[in-house]
Amino acid sequence: MLLAVGLYVGLVLAPPDAVQGDVQRIMYLHLPFVLIAYLAFAIVFLAGIAYLWKRDEWADVLAHSAAEIGVVFTGLVLVTGSIWGKPTWGVWWTWDARLTTTLLLFFIFVGYLMVRALTEERGRGARYAAIVGIIGALDIPIIHMSVVWWRTLHQPSTFLRAQGPAIAPALMIPLFVNFGAFLVLFLFLLVRRMRLEQARREAEALEALT
Amino acid sequence: MSFLRRVYIIAWKDVLLDLHTRENVTTLVFFSALILLVFNFALGPDRELLAQVSAGVIWLAFLLAGMLALGRSFLLERENECLEGLLLIPVDRSAIYLGKLGGNLLFMLVAEAILLPLFAVFFNLDLWAALPRLIPVAVLGTLGFAGLGTLFSAMAVHVRAREVMLPLLLLPVAVPVILATIRSTEVILRAGPWAEVAPWLQLMAGFDVIFLTVGVLVFDFILEQ
Repeated sequence: MLLAVGLYVGLVLAPPDAVQGDVQRIMYLHLPFVLIAYLAFAIVFLAGIAYLWKRDEWADVLAHSAAEIGVVFTGLVLVTGSIWGKPTWGVWWTWDARLTTTLLLFFIFVGYLMVRALTEERGRGARYAAIVGIIGALDIPIIHMSVVWWRTLHQPSTFLRAQGPAIAPALMIPLFVNFGAFLVLFLFLLVRRMRLEQARREAEALEALT
Repeated sequence: MSFLRRVYIIAWKDVLLDLHTRENVTTLVFFSALILLVFNFALGPDRELLAQVSAGVIWLAFLLAGMLALGRSFLLERENECLEGLLLIPVDRSAIYLGKLGGNLLFMLVAEAILLPLFAVFFNLDLWAALPRLIPVAVLGTLGFAGLGTLFSAMAVHVRAREVMLPLLLLPVAVPVILATIRSTEVILRAGPWAEVAPWLQLMAGFDVIFLTVGVLVFDFILEQ
């Protein structure tokens, strides 16, 4: 419901961008996706520490669910970013600092899910995944810093504008509505995914009994 | 026996093993040289182009070969149930991590030391002028790469598809070190100012400190049976 309102406000009501026109409307999806993805990985990081420390099964279920949703959202960020990039920059992809970091973020957490899926025992998989999640989350700021240096030390002027025009309030409000909407969607997905995971584990435990 | 002495003994065990079998350093050297050779097919004989990309090609050859050695590191321990033996040593598990890391680091650095003169010949580099500045870059970069690599290697032996798992985990996470070594080597090889190298060295040092600390802290959870 809120999602529909958010999309309507963003895609129809909000005035088009002065420079980019209607294309810019994809921002109302792109930005919330990024923030949700970061939120999801922050949860993976904290839940990973909590799991290693307390060995609470619940923390692991939380981390696993958040990581899956985070990977999906990061994928959506990359896709919407590409769609946005083609008409505005003229290319689908450029090795800009932020794009590179996001792509690496995606790879790291795909690795996280693979470690979990490919480890024979679940307890071991959960511990390994927690470690990968902690290392990955700590690494993201360092990756970003190194990639920014890489691009700025050698190519002072990229064709990418560092900053668009400051966001006008008329664009800001729909943006916030969309943040709220996708946050609710995220929480909804997270709770559903966690219930599913818990049910799956219970089923496995029962199966092991028989 | 102190903690450091045990770390040293675990590392020395790996070195002794390699002195007998000559598996690690020899394969590392030849594999790196082969990667270099194959890269040359992609790049062609253009002198100027080669000068521009030499730093990247050299480091990729070192690191890709190093990854194979890292992957074997814990595989050997698992094959003959040596890991159980290591776990019986009455010492904190982080000593095992640091010991294995020491061995891996040494193998990679020795291979780099053997190969650098060779690569200097291939790429027409002035090695003597660059060497004093190249050493800190090589040590810090290899330390960061081997530090995370040792950690993931210990994980990968218990995971299906383990040969792919190590690169899959290590490469994205090691990007800051890979970037920093390549970029600073590139500056050094064209005799650029030290001020351009220093930030990269700081980045590598910070990276090494953070991830060695994480490695020491979490290694216990990896070895847990």
